[in-house]
Amino acid sequence: MINYASREINCKIVYYGPGLGGKTTNLEHVYGKVKPETRGKLISLATETERTLFFDFLPVDLGTIRGFKTRFHLYTVPGQVYYNASRKLILKNVDGIVFVGDSQAERMEANLESMQNLYDNMSEYGYDLTQMPFVIQYNKRDLPNAAPIDDLQASLNPGWEVEDPIKQRVQPDPYHAGQNLVEQLGGGEWIERAPYFEAIAVQGDGVFDTLKAVSKLVLKALA
Amino acid sequence: MTAGTANWSFTQDDFTAITESMRRFLGETKSLCALLVDRSGQLVTTVGDSPGLDATAFATLTAADYSANDQLAKLVGENDFSSLFHQGEKESIYVADIARRLLLVVIFDSRTTVGLVRLRMKDEIEELTLLIDRVFSRGRNGAAPAEHLLKGADDEIDKLFNW
Repeated sequence: MINYASREINCKIVYYGPGLGGKTTNLEHVYGKVKPETRGKLISLATETERTLFFDFLPVDLGTIRGFKTRFHLYTVPGQVYYNASRKLILKNVDGIVFVGDSQAERMEANLESMQNLYDNMSEYGYDLTQMPFVIQYNKRDLPNAAPIDDLQASLNPGWEVEDPIKQRVQPDPYHAGQNLVEQLGGGEWIERAPYFEAIAVQGDGVFDTLKAVSKLVLKALA
Repeated sequence: MTAGTANWSFTQDDFTAITESMRRFLGETKSLCALLVDRSGQLVTTVGDSPGLDATAFATLTAADYSANDQLAKLVGENDFSSLFHQGEKESIYVADIARRLLLVVIFDSRTTVGLVRLRMKDEIEELTLLIDRVFSRGRNGAAPAEHLLKGADDEIDKLFNW
């Protein structure tokens, strides 16, 4: 939403992913690191055991462009499967998505279930995830049982087919040398993958890289 | 890449007309403050006195509150609850839907009554609906300046994230 009167560009970014994957931790790190004058309160609607019940919310200003303040509203959703009704509400009118995956090998099933749930909920609103600003964060890279990135990529970010001939050209991944976001496979078909980031959110590693990437995609979608 | 799912914008003229209407409503109902919030939780504007109120957080929570109640309505077989009323000891809140896109939130105290707020709200909803429809119909015609604001701003966007 662009407000010409207050000269603000407001964008909504939702952190999605399985329960206990680190979505709230991402927001807490951003809250702790950005200057107090550039952020609002961190609102958490959580249970007594600090599990997100409805959402967490943090507004941050990321700077001014063409005289307009860019204000990003960051939301998390509750990860647990049984909270789908409230999770779906948060996706309404979303501008960009961060999928926070849990790198632990034994959480692969939960990751896949959550990713499928994201696609389903988005399509129920008529949104196409493959056409939107969308990045993936593989969190908890420091844990000994973390699965290799290649395995996570193969399962959670295998890519979607690029049908538009104009987009069928190699697009290097700006965040990983030697890798491509858009490329042609051996069989001739073109695929595109979402940008991905490795993170250790409790230490803040990768948190801002992820936020910057998705915010940039959201603004570029307007450009 | 397509733009966000909620891509809309309004101009200074829209803003002036909307805030004037809301101010008039505040005066007539003797309410403290009114906020216009979009259904995704973003604050459009606020008028009146709201000392100490964190309007951004308030807007987000109002939209979530309304959306949750919308779902509750469906569970009991209603299309929606067109308004919500939260009664406090000193201050109360009344929330109403505008054109299925925005919410008008009114905060009032004992200087007025919920009856008066509700009564005047009906006209205010109609007035704001006309103004908001104008904003959205212009957006659909592709004439909204929003689409041009960031055109060709790729370099500036890159610089913005150079930290």
